[in-house]
Amino acid sequence: MTFLKINNLSVDYQMRKETVNAAKNVNIEVNKGEILGLVGESGSGKSTVGNAIINLIDEPGKVSSGSVILGDLNIHENSESIVKYRGNKIGLIFQDPQTSLNPILTVGEQLIETIQTHLKLSKEEAKNKSINLLKEVGIKDAEARFDNYPHQFSGGMRQRVVISLALCCEPELLVADEPTTALDVSIQSQILELIKKLTKERNLAVILITHDMGVIAETADRVAVMKSGNLVEIGETKKILTKPQENYTKSLVSSVPPTNKKISRFVIVEKENSDKKENNIKILNRWTKKGIINQDLVQIKNLSKSFDNNFFTESSKNSVMAVNDVSFEIKEGESFGLVGESGSGKSTIAKMIVNLFKPSSGDIFFDNICITKIKQRSELMKFRKQIQMIFQDPYSSLNGRLKVKDIIAEPITLHNTSISNIDLNNYIYDLLESVELTQKSADRYPHEFSGGQRQRISIARALATQPRLLVCDEPTSALDVSIQAQILNLLKDLQEQLNLTILFISHDLPVVRQMCDRIGVLKDGKLCEVSNTEDLFLKPTHEYTIELLRLMPKIESIYN
Amino acid sequence: MVGEETSDEERAELRETLGLMDPIHVQFSRFIVNASKGEFGISYQLRRPVSELIVERLPATIELVVISALIALVTGTLLGVYTGINRKGFLSDFVLAVSLLGVSLPTFVIGILFIYLFAVILGILPSFGRGEVVDLGFWTTGFLTASGLKAIILPSVTLSLFQMTYIIRLVRAEMMEILQTDYIKFARARGISENSIKYKHALKNGLIPVITIAGINIGTLIAFSIITETVFQWPGMGFLFIQAVQFVDIPIMSAYLVFIAFVFVMINFIVDILYYLIDPRIRVKGDVASG
Repeated sequence: MTFLKINNLSVDYQMRKETVNAAKNVNIEVNKGEILGLVGESGSGKSTVGNAIINLIDEPGKVSSGSVILGDLNIHENSESIVKYRGNKIGLIFQDPQTSLNPILTVGEQLIETIQTHLKLSKEEAKNKSINLLKEVGIKDAEARFDNYPHQFSGGMRQRVVISLALCCEPELLVADEPTTALDVSIQSQILELIKKLTKERNLAVILITHDMGVIAETADRVAVMKSGNLVEIGETKKILTKPQENYTKSLVSSVPPTNKKISRFVIVEKENSDKKENNIKILNRWTKKGIINQDLVQIKNLSKSFDNNFFTESSKNSVMAVNDVSFEIKEGESFGLVGESGSGKSTIAKMIVNLFKPSSGDIFFDNICITKIKQRSELMKFRKQIQMIFQDPYSSLNGRLKVKDIIAEPITLHNTSISNIDLNNYIYDLLESVELTQKSADRYPHEFSGGQRQRISIARALATQPRLLVCDEPTSALDVSIQAQILNLLKDLQEQLNLTILFISHDLPVVRQMCDRIGVLKDGKLCEVSNTEDLFLKPTHEYTIELLRLMPKIESIYN
Repeated sequence: MVGEETSDEERAELRETLGLMDPIHVQFSRFIVNASKGEFGISYQLRRPVSELIVERLPATIELVVISALIALVTGTLLGVYTGINRKGFLSDFVLAVSLLGVSLPTFVIGILFIYLFAVILGILPSFGRGEVVDLGFWTTGFLTASGLKAIILPSVTLSLFQMTYIIRLVRAEMMEILQTDYIKFARARGISENSIKYKHALKNGLIPVITIAGINIGTLIAFSIITETVFQWPGMGFLFIQAVQFVDIPIMSAYLVFIAFVFVMINFIVDILYYLIDPRIRVKGDVASG
C-alpha cells in the first residue's frame, strides 16, 4: 500500500542571474514498513527532496510545482498547513548529531516541548513518554539522562536522542538525511539497526538519504538514484545494485570500491569511453629518484602523546593518552595504511611524523635519523622537505587569498631560494600537469575549483618539494565516490612512478584495502595489529579488527 | 591647599605632614598600605578625606550607569532581535542606519545636541545637574523626586547610546547566525512554533556572548561617564575626577583609578560566574569524560 506519494515535485532556487532547478519532476512512492534509499552524489538534489517533503527549504529555494500526498492528505496544499504535519506526521533526522540539538536546553526540555506542541499531554505525561522513548532508542539509564545537556552525550548517543526527538509524536514517515555519515563504523551499524528495528515495530515509511552504497545495500528495501535534480532510476535494491539499467547508475555502482577483493585501479564514473592516455609525469625528470631499497624509511618507536599536560600539571595520572606506546615501520616505497575510528589517534600520529606535534615520549626515525631530537631549525628543514602532508578538507587547507601558482611556489622557494623565475614557472606547470590540471589553473584562486580539483592542488603542493614520504590524512573523505576514485588513482600513479612512500590514514576500510600494502589498526591510541592488507582482510587476528570488518557496510551484502 | 599669604615655614610644615619630603619608595609603600585599608589621604583641593568624597559622589554615578546600562541592554537586545529576525524591513534598515550614527558620533557631541534640542529649544528637560535628591542616610537618590527623574533622562540616554548600538549589532549578528544553525532547522522540522524557536531556542543562545560584552561594557560605561558627567554637570565621580585633574589633586585621581580598576575586576568576576550559570557546556565540563 502506497503511503507517501511525491508527484512531479520540482524545487527551484531563484538566484540573481538564473534559476537553478535543484529537483525536476521527481516522482517517488514509499510504502509503510519500507525503507527507501535515496542516493546520489553531492548536488544531486537528494537532500532537497527530503527537505521539500516538509517544505523546509533554505531561502531562496522553493517548491515550484508538484504535490506530496501522505496517506490521503495533500500536505502541500498551502504553506501554513505543512507546519501542522512537521514532527507530527513526519519526522526528520539530520546528518550531524553534534549540531542538531540545542546546546543550552536539556534533552528532556527539548523532548517535552516537542511532545507538548503536538500532543495534548500534561508535563508529567510528556516526561514519562520521553523517558520511554529514550529507552526505546537504546539510551541506558534514561531517567537520569533525561536532565542531561546534549554535550554530555557521545556522538552515537546524541544521534539516538535526535531519533527519539524525531519520533516523539509518532510520525508515520521518517526522513533520515545522511543519519550516519558523521559517525564511526561501529556506531553507524548500531544506528542503522535501530532505524530498521523502529521501521518494523512502528510500521514507519522511511526515506534514507545517503551517498554510501554500502549503507543502502544493507538497509534499504528499494533505492532511488538521483543525478543533478533528476530521478535516474528507482527499484528494488538488489536489482538496482546488481543489474542497473541506466548508465549513470552503472558507473555509480562500479565506482564504489569493493570490500571483498583488491583491484588494481578504481573505476571512474562516466569516463570509460574516453581513451585512457597514460599520465605523463613531467616532474619525473626533476625527481632525484631513489631505487627501491627494501629498508625502513620511517621507524616509530614507543610513540606516545597526551594532550592535557600543561605547564602547571605535568602529565597527571588521569590524562588522556591520544597515542599510547605505538611502534611500527614504513618501508621505502610502500603504502602504509592507518585505520581506526575517530579519537583513535591516527591523525595525531600523522601530525607527529610531520613534526606539527611534539611527542610526549618515544622517537620517530626518518632514514635512520631521529627527527624528534633535532633542535636546529636548518636541520629540521631538511626533513620537512622530505615529508609532506595532504589534509582532509580541501576547502580549508588552501589559502583563499593566494593564486594557485603562489600556493605551489611557496614550498619550492622556501627550500630552494636560488631557483630562477622561469624555472619556477615551468616547474609549477609540470606539477599541475602531473596532477591532471591545466596550466591555466596557475593564475586562478582556489575558490574557482571544485573539491576534487582543490585536492589535486594540495597534492601538487605536497609534491613540490620532491618528498620521499607523503602523509595523506583522510584525503578523500570530503569527496564524492567518483571524485574519490580519481584522486586515489592519481595517488597510485604518482606513487608508482615517483617511488613515493605513502602513509595513508582513513576510516574507510574498502579504500584502505585498495590503496595500501600494509595496514595498522588503531584503537584508543593503541596499535592493535599490523599486517599485510590481504592477510588483514582475509584472516584478521585481533578481536577489534574482526569487529570492524564485520560492521563495515558492504555493498556485496546484497548478493547474500 | 595653601593661600597666597602662607609663609615658607608653614608651607614646609605642611609638606612634612603630608609626607611629601619622604623618598619616593617610602611615599609609595605608605600609599599602598593606606590604600589597602581604604584610605586615600586628603584631597589637596577640597581638604576633605578622599574616601568621604568618593562615597558622597558614588550614588550619582552608580544611578547614572545603572540606568544607562539598563537602557542599553533592554533596547539594544529588543532592537537587535527585531532587526535580526526581520532582516529586510524598512524599520530594520532605519534602526541600523541610526545605530551607525550612534557608533560614530562621540558622546559629548550627542550630549550637546540633546541639551540644545530638549533643554534649549523644547525646554522640557533640565540641561544640567541631578535635580532634587533625597538623602537616605547611606545613599542619596534622585529617583524619588520628579525633578531628579527628569534630570537623569538626558545623561543616561546619552551615555547608553554607544553601548546600545553596539549591542544591537551584536545581537543582530548572533540571531542571524543562530537562525541558520542545524538545531534551529531541526526544531522547525519537529514543528516547534516559530515564537518558541525565535525567543526560546535562538535568543537564549544568542545572549551568551552578549553577557560577556555587556559585562565589560558596564566598566566602559563608568569610564565614559567622565565625559557625560562633564557635559551635563552631573555631580558624580567622573565630574569629581575631571576637577581633580585640573587641580592636580593626586589623592582623588589615584583613588578614582583604583576604584575603577576594582569595579572592572568585580564585573569580570561576576560575568564569569554568570557564564557558568547560563552555559551548561561550561558548567559540567568535569563530567564529560564520564558521561
